[in-house]
Amino acid sequence: MLNVENLTVQFPSRFGDITAIEDVAMAIAPGEVHGLVGESGAGKSTVGAAIIGLLQAPGLVAHGQMTLAGTDLRNLTPIEAHDMRGKRISMIFQDPQTSLNPLMRVEYQLVETIQAHEDISAKDARARAVNILEEIGIQNASERINAYPHQFSGGMRQRVVIALALCTNPELIIADEPTTALDVAVQSQVLDLIKELAFDRKIGFMLITHDIGVIAQVADRVSVMRNGRILESGSTGQVLGAPQHPYTQALLDSVPPLDRKIDRFRVPEEADGSSRNDAGDHAEGWLLEGVQQEKVGLKIENLRVAFPGVRTSLWRKPDAFTALHDISLNVKPGSILGLVGESGSGKSTLAKAITGLVNPTAGHIGLGGEILPPGKSRTRDHPSRQIVQMIFQDPFSSLNPRHQIGVILSEPLWLYGLVTDGQERRELAAAMLDLVGMASDAIDKYPHQFSGGQRQRIAVARALLARPRFLICDEPTSALDVSIQAEILNLLKNLQSKFGLTILFISHNLAVVRQMADDVVVLRNGRIEEFGQTQDVYQNPKSEYMRELLELTPILPVT
Amino acid sequence: MAYFILKRLIQSVFVMIAVAFLAFSLFRFVGDPITQMTGVETSIEDQERLRENLGLNDPFVMQFARFTSDMLQGDFGYSYRTRQPVGEMISSRVPATLELGVVALIISLLVGIPAGVFTALRPRGFATQTILMTTLVGVSIPTFVIGIMLIFLFGVQLGWLPTFGRGGTIQIGGWNSSLFTIDGWRALLLPAITLGVYQLTLTMRLVRAEMMEVLRSDYIRFGMARGVPMRSLYFKHALANTMVPVITIIGLQFGGVIAFSIVTESVFQWPGMGLLFLESIRFVDIPVMGVYLVVIAFFFVLVNLIVDLLYAAIDPRLRVKDTA
Amino acid sequence: MNAFIKRYEGLWLFTRSPAAIIAAVVALLSIIGAAFAPFIAPVNPYDLASFSLMDGLLPPVWESFGNSKFLLGTDDQGRDIVSSILYGARLSLIIGLSAMTIAAVLGVGLGLASGYYGGRFDMIVMRIADIQLALPAILTALLIDGIARGILPSEIQQDLRVTVLTLAIALSLWVNFARTARASTFVQMQKEYVQAAIIMGQHPIRVMFVHILPNILGPLLVIMTVDLASAILLEATLSFLGIGLPADSPSLGTLIRIGMQFMLSGEWWILWIPTLFLVALVVSINILGDFLRDVFNPRLR
Repeated sequence: MLNVENLTVQFPSRFGDITAIEDVAMAIAPGEVHGLVGESGAGKSTVGAAIIGLLQAPGLVAHGQMTLAGTDLRNLTPIEAHDMRGKRISMIFQDPQTSLNPLMRVEYQLVETIQAHEDISAKDARARAVNILEEIGIQNASERINAYPHQFSGGMRQRVVIALALCTNPELIIADEPTTALDVAVQSQVLDLIKELAFDRKIGFMLITHDIGVIAQVADRVSVMRNGRILESGSTGQVLGAPQHPYTQALLDSVPPLDRKIDRFRVPEEADGSSRNDAGDHAEGWLLEGVQQEKVGLKIENLRVAFPGVRTSLWRKPDAFTALHDISLNVKPGSILGLVGESGSGKSTLAKAITGLVNPTAGHIGLGGEILPPGKSRTRDHPSRQIVQMIFQDPFSSLNPRHQIGVILSEPLWLYGLVTDGQERRELAAAMLDLVGMASDAIDKYPHQFSGGQRQRIAVARALLARPRFLICDEPTSALDVSIQAEILNLLKNLQSKFGLTILFISHNLAVVRQMADDVVVLRNGRIEEFGQTQDVYQNPKSEYMRELLELTPILPVT
Repeated sequence: MAYFILKRLIQSVFVMIAVAFLAFSLFRFVGDPITQMTGVETSIEDQERLRENLGLNDPFVMQFARFTSDMLQGDFGYSYRTRQPVGEMISSRVPATLELGVVALIISLLVGIPAGVFTALRPRGFATQTILMTTLVGVSIPTFVIGIMLIFLFGVQLGWLPTFGRGGTIQIGGWNSSLFTIDGWRALLLPAITLGVYQLTLTMRLVRAEMMEVLRSDYIRFGMARGVPMRSLYFKHALANTMVPVITIIGLQFGGVIAFSIVTESVFQWPGMGLLFLESIRFVDIPVMGVYLVVIAFFFVLVNLIVDLLYAAIDPRLRVKDTA
Repeated sequence: MNAFIKRYEGLWLFTRSPAAIIAAVVALLSIIGAAFAPFIAPVNPYDLASFSLMDGLLPPVWESFGNSKFLLGTDDQGRDIVSSILYGARLSLIIGLSAMTIAAVLGVGLGLASGYYGGRFDMIVMRIADIQLALPAILTALLIDGIARGILPSEIQQDLRVTVLTLAIALSLWVNFARTARASTFVQMQKEYVQAAIIMGQHPIRVMFVHILPNILGPLLVIMTVDLASAILLEATLSFLGIGLPADSPSLGTLIRIGMQFMLSGEWWILWIPTLFLVALVVSINILGDFLRDVFNPRLR
């Protein structure tokens, strides 16, 4: 039904023409869910945008053919093209919150869309809209249709978005990362819904995603993209089970398995960057000096964190919001504790409580045997400031864009009085860069000159330069591509074993935690659902919640 | 929602009290009221007696309380210069300024908003570039220069419109209006345009910036992906979302209009509050200055409050609570 | 050279925009002219001895009765228009720049602290800003002026005119800086590099000025140009109203006021030449401001 050949899209710029995608070929049959997978920057969204005719200016289609059931998509007049959108091809985006007009009721947006393509009365259109909403799983549809977008939860909102794309009966729906912003359980439901719709209504889906697990769960066929080109294409079973292209293989190798712990990820040599040299040894030696001290553990007892409610009503006093209820956990010295939880579970609050950014309402936190002064009462020169370091989630915001790398790295050195001579600090910083696998000349560059993975390495270097004993890793790889994630996880494992660090590893990704953690704690709505040794918890989960999470996490078929 | 209104109300009252306090400090500390009111001939003892009688030796807080309660009852004191009650002086001038301000505001909205929408929808057209250039110059010319130029062109060279004063007024109740005669309008036109030009350029640029921002949003893109007619996307979806922040700014602008009226009234000798205020500054007539301050702040706060309520009425996110 | 220009996007856009180039040239010339007025101007119009009534009301040199000594003519007191403009612009720029700087330092400082500390401090600062906003710029400036008139003994009033004026204008402009800085600071506080610095135990002053400030400069720079233009306009307006600088050390606004008297009698140069100069100066600054705004907001291009 959809046939794409030799598609090339270019973006003219002041540096010449940039080719976003080149020579892309794809075919989607009615009722087929076709996955388009690749890492960020591969050009997947560009393919979708080109097909539906919504390329961001100044992009243009330089070569190629695109046909939809015989209609030439490239040579349409703007009016014809606009007419076709919605009626024959539709597209849904990643973030359901911004995809809906916040000022209009859902009913209006649905009816308007239906009436745009058909001559139908408002009453009939409304009836059809209600039907669709019910079909995709929104209960009480005839009432809820009167609501505004912000009155729906994330998953429901994405269903509304799907309903909007569906209500005009298109032949093809392009879904650009439709479940990336959703929790695991909700993601699973939405994916099932897509599969149903494809089967029942014979709609073709182009499912664009970076998550291979999603592909494995739902796609019939898959195309793998990298740097604007399609590297491999075929049925899902065949591509994932017996990949032809080395990149596909590398991609699959980087995906952390859920069912067993592997020692290190297999990473291709070329992606790693520079190799170690003597400078790294200098840093290593310096760090090992700090190991003379013993390993530290973290003990949390009956921690409770509550925030005062926000007043919205004149009459009722606002309820306090309790982020963490009675949390007790123990991170054994020299081990890695995984903290698993979905959004809203309280895991970030826990990290903030440990680092002193929020005041606990009850309970205490002990580091290496000493109780930490809680929250704001902790002074700036308290030793825990040096011993506990944190690695953040977003590599694009954890480094100050206006500081040179050298300056960023030297900060912990002079702040904690570890190295007093400026020149020495510079050398040590360069050495540490080498230790984490970066070229030392990065010292004089700025963060924006590096990729996400490289920035995360710099963040690790910065943490290490404080000579910490305890590391909090808060979703350190969630914003990274799967192959880069594998490298960073390898790096963390190496550093941890060599320098005897104790790590609290926070993530919503069950598979990643499986790989990294010795013990694991499962958090839900501020309460501990389950804890224990990783192997035990994953293979024999005792709580209903954990069992559900494990079931719903999309996994790759074991090769 | 009720809570929101109450909060804003309290904030407004707070601002008013602060302004009243400022005005009161003006009264008390700038110059000596007694010497202003009496002449050189009055003896020291008489001055002291006057001071005592007027309660000027009482504690600060008490004086402030008295000041505020007087104001709330409509007693605004007496002008140093004319010895008239300030309340009367100002209220006789209010219609002139208010009419001028409202007409100017209407002009600026009627021209500014469509212009802003137009330039947002056609960012690269020749007309757009011209309009942008013109508004840039418009924003850079001081109001009084615009007034002078208009006077020169229409008043002196062409002789079409009067160059000063407020012609043809009619009394309606206590309100002296110029809106009901042709002469009144002829006199009102130039000052209103002068006053409106600056606001117009600001409005236009704001609407343009907001609209361009909105046009870039995901829901517009999604609308396009669904094939919703472009006209509907532009004028129903985009425009509505643009107006929401614009409304708040308009509230602020009204304050600007009242303030700039000082300049316009000066250029055109328009007998409004602004002109009165200018004269009071020249003669250091503190009572008039202080009361003017309070009156302006009051208008401003009132308009802002209304705008906030409007805002809450329009944006459903503020009106209806989320239910999951 | 070309490669160098291309690397810095701002510079590249600049060379592509003829308006920006012209504006920059005009602004630069005006500023240089104003700064070096004492050296460039034929005479010092503030020096009462330098002019005489006999030279009064002479038209520009290209009209009949023009005098090559006074290229653009003279006013009713016999002062050379060229010198008056240069000196006047100088005064306007001095006041404008000083006022803008004071407003910037005050506003950005308060805005940064507000965004960083939040809570009570933020509330208080915002309330003060609200009050300031309830009184539009002109009003504040006039009020301060009026108060100064009332408080200061008349002997030193004249000398302090410039200071009072500068302060008055600065006070009406700081809120803009404060609100922008505050909003930007809020955004940066959510960024992880700030959280990292706080967790590490760095001093709040360091976090605010070394970490956050460099990242919020963009919008602040735009406000600086806009407010500089506003300050100059405000000063001109005040002088025009007669509340600003006195007639014997005129700024551009005063010159325009004087010129207005002669609008009907035919001595057009006294009014329109200072006006043109003022408008050109402010337009240039605004164009640069617009340009900066576009540079820092790539999405609007």
